[in-house]
Amino acid sequence: MIGIVGYGGYIPRFRIKVEEIAAVWGANADSLKKGLNIEEKSVPSMDEDTATISVEAALNALKMAGIDPKEIGAIYIGSESHPYAVKPTSTIVGEAIGCGMEYTSADTEFACKAGTAGIQMAMGLIQGGYIKFGLAIGSDTAQSKPGDALEYTAAAGGAAFIIGKNNIVAEIEGTYSCSSDTPDFWRRDTVEYPSHGGRFTGIPAYFKHVISATKGLMEKLSLKNTDFDYVVFHMPNGKFPIRAGKMLGFDLNKLTHGLVVKKIGNTYSGSSPLGLCAILDVAKPGERILITSYGSGAGSDSFSIKVTDLIEEKRKNARKVQDYIDNKEYVTYARYTRLRRGI
Amino acid sequence: MKVAVIGIGSTNFGEHWDQNLRQLAIEAGTKAILDGNIRGRDLDAIYLGNMSAGRFIGQEHVGAMISGELGLSIPAIRCEGACASGGLALRQGLFSILSGQHDIVLVGGAEKMTDLMTDGVTSSLMGAADQEWESYYGVTFPSLYAMIARRHMHEFGTTREQMAKVAVKNHHNGILNPVAQFKKEITIEEVINSPMVADPLTLFDCSPITDGAAAVILCKAELAKKYVEDPIYIVGSGQASDTLALHDRKSLTTMNATVKAAQEAYKQTGLTSKDIDLAEVHDCFTIAEIVATEDLGFCKKGEGGKLLDKKETEIGGRIPVNTSGGLKAVGHPVGATGIKQAVEMVLQLRGKAGKRQVKDAKLGLTHNVGGSGATAVVHIFSR
Repeated sequence: MIGIVGYGGYIPRFRIKVEEIAAVWGANADSLKKGLNIEEKSVPSMDEDTATISVEAALNALKMAGIDPKEIGAIYIGSESHPYAVKPTSTIVGEAIGCGMEYTSADTEFACKAGTAGIQMAMGLIQGGYIKFGLAIGSDTAQSKPGDALEYTAAAGGAAFIIGKNNIVAEIEGTYSCSSDTPDFWRRDTVEYPSHGGRFTGIPAYFKHVISATKGLMEKLSLKNTDFDYVVFHMPNGKFPIRAGKMLGFDLNKLTHGLVVKKIGNTYSGSSPLGLCAILDVAKPGERILITSYGSGAGSDSFSIKVTDLIEEKRKNARKVQDYIDNKEYVTYARYTRLRRGI
Repeated sequence: MKVAVIGIGSTNFGEHWDQNLRQLAIEAGTKAILDGNIRGRDLDAIYLGNMSAGRFIGQEHVGAMISGELGLSIPAIRCEGACASGGLALRQGLFSILSGQHDIVLVGGAEKMTDLMTDGVTSSLMGAADQEWESYYGVTFPSLYAMIARRHMHEFGTTREQMAKVAVKNHHNGILNPVAQFKKEITIEEVINSPMVADPLTLFDCSPITDGAAAVILCKAELAKKYVEDPIYIVGSGQASDTLALHDRKSLTTMNATVKAAQEAYKQTGLTSKDIDLAEVHDCFTIAEIVATEDLGFCKKGEGGKLLDKKETEIGGRIPVNTSGGLKAVGHPVGATGIKQAVEMVLQLRGKAGKRQVKDAKLGLTHNVGGSGATAVVHIFSR
């Protein structure tokens, strides 16, 4: 039985409100808050990046898993804000958490879904008998051009998952992916900020892949939408996942707990993984969770995850996502700009 | 003047991410050919209304693109007059038949707008305004129409609510139109509280960015019954021009091109505005419908707002306006709009408009505007 041995999240402490950003650009904050269904977003401090966020999340996952980090045989970190263009983030993290040298690793990029792709890669190595534990992380300090619509949502955060076969807190019952060449959002090498296709990012991109992957998973595992107790979709804003839930006929209450975007923004590769962590923090043994990530470009990974009896004992050992959400300090736009090294 | 419309067709209007201009035009054209009980080889020419394929999708020469796609070697002409391109194409089709040159022609209108981002679409559309005297100074169409709205409010006491009522009415009609982009009731409050675009116009005062195509088959009147039992006839056609820039006009609140085009069409038919049973007018912005109903003579100058208060332009009212849902709810694929209006009018006069049918509709008028009123085309349709 393959599953999650330990998981952990991390969200930087700083927050900026939609009102604060809107005031700078002369935009209507109320209409933005309503349109995006988001209130504030997390902001990384000057010394925080994808590597430090990944380390914090991985340490939480390790505390919960209670394993020797040297037993980790693979590290995959999915992000679109790796600190280096060439030089892996994953080795920085491996070194920091004490993995020794006997592991394989790679940085992955698939817009916002490279973290869940890492989970699948780790699953493959474990199922094939190559490694005992694999560490998959989705983490980002998302970039957005000042004044762009993305600025209200692009946030920072990450989540780590140690995948293995024994002492699991949640079983991964199955996974299903779909991908297509859909250029809805991109950033070319050496370009500072990403570009996006406006409304094209909706129906033909996000919804097409999230819906297809979720339906494909349910078909593959012979599950119905009523078989899930919690649901989390990638959260580019607070509106899209709810609309996807409606389109798939889910009871929308099942989306509420994982909808962390309203308070922290879109943490890109960390988005749906952080939603999953928030759900695992409260789920009861036997409950089933659906997670479908989305990465522009485009593709979705869908997973069915069933919580085991071990979770209640093991999750006491690590910090909860809600702790990070609640622990916050608001910054002004000027300080935000400084923290993002804009001035 | 009497030329028959024997076939009509249109695509759904909206964001067609997976269909290009070619596919949209062919879909509408093929539907019109089938509806007119003709074969492609019966066509003598194609006229296509298209405003800005060159800027929207980088494709010029769209007339031949369509004829080639249909496997025909007949003349194919693209007509351009900004958002009145469709109306212009319809007029050229009419003249080609009236001249005796052609018996049956396909007149289409098509536009593919959503391949560009909103700012790209906005700047492309500004090609319809005066580049040197308007566009370079940062004016956009919403702001031009906002100036018209402000002046109309100032001169005639037209209210914000009255403008909102145009959007509410047209959305209500759009629900009854299967091809409409928006099929959703909205309220006056929602219109007023929607995001500000150009004061006093908010988002819901503006027609959307749309992909779509529409087509009609025109036929020499004497031949029409050979193909269909219920041809509808175009009996009047007027077109006029005004200064390209809004500020060069004597009045901001009257579109002289509309007044003159309507006069010409009324004169040709011996009709007056009182004879018209329903109209499709160019509501690119809500204020535009108010101005149009005045300029077309459905009410006195300055009373377009009151027409809405009295519900006279609703289906069932004295002079139903934009039964299709108008540009506001059906969408505004700029070059296709003039033909889409013709399609709606033919449906209404055939008595086949379903739940939005105007009872005993015998005479209908379509009104298509380019830019902020530099081009206007008016057609009168009869059963």
